Amino acid sequence: MSKNSIENERPVISCLNVWKVFGANATDFEKEKLDNLNENTLTAKKWTAAVCDVSFDIGRGEVFVIMGLSGSGKSTMVRCMSRLIEPTSGDVNIEGENLLSVSDEKLIEIRRQKMGMVFQHFALLPNRDVLGNVAFPLQVQGISRKEREVRASEMISLVGLEGRENFFPAELSGGQQQRVGIARSLASNPSIWFLDEPFSALDPLIRSDLQDELLRLQAQLNKTIVFITHDLDEAIKIADRIAIMDQGRIVQIGTPEDLIMRPANEYVARFTKGVPKSKVVKVSTIMKPVAGNHAKTSSFLNINDRVADVADILTKTQEAIGVRNDGGDIVGVVDRETFIRILAGADIK
Amino acid sequence: MKFRSDVVLLEPMRLLLWAFFFTFVFFVINIGPDWMSSFPEALIFPVAEKVGSGLNWFARDAKIAGVPMQEITRSVASFFDLIIDATVVVLSKGIFTGRGLNVSQLVPPLSWMSIGGCLAIVSYRFGGRNLIVITSIAVLFLVLFGLWQNAMVTLASVLVSVLLAMAIGLALGIWSFKSQNVENVTRGVMNVMQTVPIFSYLVPTLLLFGYGPSAALVATVIYALPPMVHNTVLALKSVPTETTECGVMIGCRPRQLLWQVQLPVALGRLAVGMNQTIMMTLNMVIIASMIGAGGLGFNVLQALRKLDIGSGLEAGMGIVALAIILDRISQAAAQRAANGKHLEPGQRPLWQLLVVWLIFSSVIAFIFTPMQTWPDAWEISTASFWNAAVTWVNMNLFDILEGARNFALLEIMRPFNRFLQSAPWSLVVASVVALAFYLGGFKLAVYCALLMFFILLTGYWAPAMASVYLITISVLMAVMIGYPIGFWLSSQPQLKDTANFILDTMQTLPTLVYLLPAVMLFRIGDVSAVIAVILYALAPAVRYAMVGMSQVSPALLEAAQISGCTRWQTLKWIRFPAALPTLLIGVNQTIMMAFSMLIIAALVGTKDLGQEVLIALNRSLVGEGLVAGFCVACLALISDGLLKAAASKAEVSTIRKMNS
Repeated sequence: MSKNSIENERPVISCLNVWKVFGANATDFEKEKLDNLNENTLTAKKWTAAVCDVSFDIGRGEVFVIMGLSGSGKSTMVRCMSRLIEPTSGDVNIEGENLLSVSDEKLIEIRRQKMGMVFQHFALLPNRDVLGNVAFPLQVQGISRKEREVRASEMISLVGLEGRENFFPAELSGGQQQRVGIARSLASNPSIWFLDEPFSALDPLIRSDLQDELLRLQAQLNKTIVFITHDLDEAIKIADRIAIMDQGRIVQIGTPEDLIMRPANEYVARFTKGVPKSKVVKVSTIMKPVAGNHAKTSSFLNINDRVADVADILTKTQEAIGVRNDGGDIVGVVDRETFIRILAGADIK
Repeated sequence: MKFRSDVVLLEPMRLLLWAFFFTFVFFVINIGPDWMSSFPEALIFPVAEKVGSGLNWFARDAKIAGVPMQEITRSVASFFDLIIDATVVVLSKGIFTGRGLNVSQLVPPLSWMSIGGCLAIVSYRFGGRNLIVITSIAVLFLVLFGLWQNAMVTLASVLVSVLLAMAIGLALGIWSFKSQNVENVTRGVMNVMQTVPIFSYLVPTLLLFGYGPSAALVATVIYALPPMVHNTVLALKSVPTETTECGVMIGCRPRQLLWQVQLPVALGRLAVGMNQTIMMTLNMVIIASMIGAGGLGFNVLQALRKLDIGSGLEAGMGIVALAIILDRISQAAAQRAANGKHLEPGQRPLWQLLVVWLIFSSVIAFIFTPMQTWPDAWEISTASFWNAAVTWVNMNLFDILEGARNFALLEIMRPFNRFLQSAPWSLVVASVVALAFYLGGFKLAVYCALLMFFILLTGYWAPAMASVYLITISVLMAVMIGYPIGFWLSSQPQLKDTANFILDTMQTLPTLVYLLPAVMLFRIGDVSAVIAVILYALAPAVRYAMVGMSQVSPALLEAAQISGCTRWQTLKWIRFPAALPTLLIGVNQTIMMAFSMLIIAALVGTKDLGQEVLIALNRSLVGEGLVAGFCVACLALISDGLLKAAASKAEVSTIRKMNS
């Protein structure tokens, strides 16, 4: 995806030292010096921290997945980013604007124009039909009936539900209901798209379909996505970058490859152990760079290919394999042994 | 394992308690001073007098911006009168012109055909064929028996009261939902309000609003408020967090969030509250006939006073018919609301159908007058039949009935009453406090003691004991009859729907109706009162027994079966312990129902707190009416506290047994 554009633009979402503390007197959190904050002060004050000192930037068009088990604070974090939950301290910047200091009126404006959100249990209004649900965000903004229904119909066909405009949520399957949720979240054409475990309540086949659907939509719409999940396979499938959360803290942020090849600690390593490396690792990770656009080999791979997808090249050649970048230049070689090690799930030497 | 330590601790405590208790009893009965057996007159505080003069001052002398309170309330009353009159004109009376003998009807009210048809259309839309049959039968019953006009007067009061109660209840509910402090206050007030007897509401409103429909309206609205507030809060709380969050994320302003997201999603639960409000309103409107609401209740009261059982029963059945119409339609509406409204393709919106029907039927009624007002000559009356039936019963069954009545009265009720009346107050208080301490600990004991001292101080101890005697006997009987029926029904799944239908209907009937059969068989007096209370309290007893018995998890029953338990063993070891908490809550509900009926039963001549309230109502003694009413509330709150504590204790011990 659009990794290149991330570096040269300023971040769309920027979180700095975000804390969310629950407890009887959590309001005097601000008085406490941030340096003093650790598990001991928290316990002493009888506070529970759902989000501890979280910082990250998300670039335009990036798919940023926050992953963690239940209770890790991932849902609280995504709600802090939209101020559904007021963070106890820290900064949240949305396109350069400090979300935590804007007025209520401005906040409503930001949510209406810039944010869309999809919920785990769909959160559809049972008293409105599909069209009414998808048009609801526009209705709230006071857009005329005709205009909003035209826009809503477009969204409905975008998610493949045309013909079901007048069905009620209770008459749809879970997968279809979430498609309505997706269409609704896109109705006001937001630039930031929050998805809070959107596929967790669906059965595996439908889940996989909707993941593909999400990738298709993203290729078309290029939103800045914050995606919450507890499913590592799902995270790897759709993420540009993954942040792994545990007990309110971010343990590691990185590309799927980073997490698997270079886990930051034991916790991440245990998490990623079961993932077949070859499905994640790209050729670029295992190649030896060569200079001068030159290699003694007859077969070539693209630098962005994943190892498992191109495994059949082993049957075609007995020598080392060359690697080309998108421009067609030869940038490296992969030897057969490394290739086979990755396929077998072993570490690179 | 964990519990052993506190069991050991409890044993000596309990022994000490009993030792103390018996010493106390011995002391009181034999050598105790006089003040321990009869409460000293000097300590009785004239609460009723004070409250009465306070309220009288408030009504007559208190001024807001120079205007006496009563003037303000009376003008509010005349405003309400206007609304009710307008509704009555539309539904029942029409517009008249002229005076005395020259009265002529200028504009007729809506014809029975119009209103009945509208009810039928609504029924069909909401509840399909079954409901339209029920509604039509009920409407035709009212028309054929000449009860239509009075039924419409009642319906007018119900409509106006329900709309007011719903609006106020919704507002209070929303407010409570938004602020925890407000919720704490409203919940406390509503809990007490639900135990204060129905008549007690009438006395102060009478003072403030004068005799007439508007006083009835105010009392009704206040009486019907708690379920609406309660259900509004529950309904709003039942809206999933995600749905609210979704509304916020979409960018709803607070008002949009409430009206376009939360309330529509909560509509199903809200409609349940609406149904309960309607049924409570109907009950109160019937009772409020005593202070001039008119309508069907007035017919019943008149019949009760003249002991004209025939027409009383007929009007009573009219009330039943109206209750069934209101209940079934509002329940169907609730169900529909819960599922989201939905027009089938080709269906017209309801209001269009109703308008078309109103115009069409009015034209028909104008041309063919029997459709407007059913001619007297075509009316059927079963009054003479019922009167004949009563005469026949009195002629042929007199010996049996009288024997039963005398036996119950002389052998059971009077001795029990005498026992309670002569029991030293200190002994009663001590026993209840000890029981409260055993069941619920220190707090509950203090709570019960305070409530009992309130009764003592007000000087209503003797009638309160009379109430306790009537309640105890009726509840025991209701439980002894109702629980076995419920147990049996729980083992007959094919009867479940029928049973629920009958129980629903029994619970929707206004309290006044239950007096009629009792009076018919046993004349006035304590026996009739007890019979009426038993009849009224039977439905919750049966229902809770059914629910309790079917509460056991199937896995547990299968486990019992596999272990080779006989049916009796399963009942004793599995079903009964699991059902016990529910059964105790059932007793609690039965008692609450019995209390509300007991007050009504004062109309057939009891000598308890209810009678005190009724007397106060008839003589406009505001203080006495309120204070006696609060004494009833105290009794109800004590038994409520004790039984809830017992239920949670039973629950804990069940869980303990299952864990070990």
